[in-house]
Amino acid sequence: MSALLDTSALGKRYRRTWALRDCTLTIPEPSIVGIAGPNGAGKSTLLGLAVGLLEPTEGAVTVCGRDPRRDPAALADIGYVAQGAPLYRGFTVGEMLDFARISNPRWDQPLATELLARSSSATQVSALSPGERAHLALALALGKRPALLLLDEPFARLDPLASRELLRLLMEGAAEIGSAVVVATRVLTDIERVCERVVLLGHGHVGLDGTVEELLASHRLLTGARRPLGRIRGVEEIVRERSSGRQLTLLVRTNGPVADPTWSVEQIGLEELLLAYMAPEELPSPQPPEPSRLRWHG
Amino acid sequence: MQFHLDQRSGLPMYLQIVQQVKEALRLGLLDIGDQLPTVREVVAELAINPNTVAKAYRELEREGLVDARQGRGTFVSSTLIASSLEHHESLRRALLAWLAEAQRAGLDAESIHALVSRTLREALDRRAA
Repeated sequence: MSALLDTSALGKRYRRTWALRDCTLTIPEPSIVGIAGPNGAGKSTLLGLAVGLLEPTEGAVTVCGRDPRRDPAALADIGYVAQGAPLYRGFTVGEMLDFARISNPRWDQPLATELLARSSSATQVSALSPGERAHLALALALGKRPALLLLDEPFARLDPLASRELLRLLMEGAAEIGSAVVVATRVLTDIERVCERVVLLGHGHVGLDGTVEELLASHRLLTGARRPLGRIRGVEEIVRERSSGRQLTLLVRTNGPVADPTWSVEQIGLEELLLAYMAPEELPSPQPPEPSRLRWHG
Repeated sequence: MQFHLDQRSGLPMYLQIVQQVKEALRLGLLDIGDQLPTVREVVAELAINPNTVAKAYRELEREGLVDARQGRGTFVSSTLIASSLEHHESLRRALLAWLAEAQRAGLDAESIHALVSRTLREALDRRAA
């Protein structure tokens, strides 16, 4: 069976700028995958390429083994909700449902109706709150019963309650359909509780890719006295180094237990881990001012 | 039964579900033949990944505590009431002896607590891996 999503050395260039480059990813089976990264990292570009809205500059992308730009049949397998959940503002909820039913061959009306049980079908789309609109857009995407569901910043404009409601709908839909879900988001905390795998994009490149379990198991925060750093048993790589006063804090990737008693070893949360990979060089360790060199300005 | 999850506990969510089912089995809140909530029910209540619930149920099945019946749901097939209570007293005595040793070594209540929770977490991590 072909992968739900497969990209190989995928790249997209706008004039002279590469929005995405050398992106190789495979989602072999239904799972929830978070695409994290700051603004301009290439998240939307990756989704646009997967759904066939953008033409790759280099490399290839397939969904369920089909090229979304060459093979229109591929589109039936893809559910996509763009940023801001764009819908026809002049339609009512019921008309949006009718439109989706007519335009999608595998449309599941009972499922869509069930997921939208709480909205009145006579309501005009333009009168919906951001949360209701996101809910409708997601229910319409789920009603297609896609093999692959792509969501671009679905939680961006929602308050915490609406975010949780949308997440609940997303998970219920995923449980019902068994599709793979790819969520592009700047704020990983929105999907941390459901995410099985994280792909971190930075400057158009894949910076980190792994299951959440692997990533959390293979990283530790070490705190100890400041010292010249040699090899530490169990440490594969130092991702980030910070010092303050006499204390040194290292975020490390491990290849075994760190048993050295001079280090206190702590687990690290997913959000902090990703932030460290996003900008290790942009967060310099604050050097403590030495009293003799303190100068007053102004 | 209803599950509740603590995202900051450091314990993987599927293990939290496993532990809560076991806790209910120990307390007699679940009995042989009782049905666990369906994956979709748990997902709709907690807004978590369906695979997390499925993984927890698989783990419970692997430990012989529940049976998954195709198309019908997951049912309790064993109870933990007797097996756990009879061991409590001897485990408690061993723990008291260990605590006395820790105190002799100069650990205060806070350090003991930190050591226990860290070791427990690491042991569960290893089991999960």
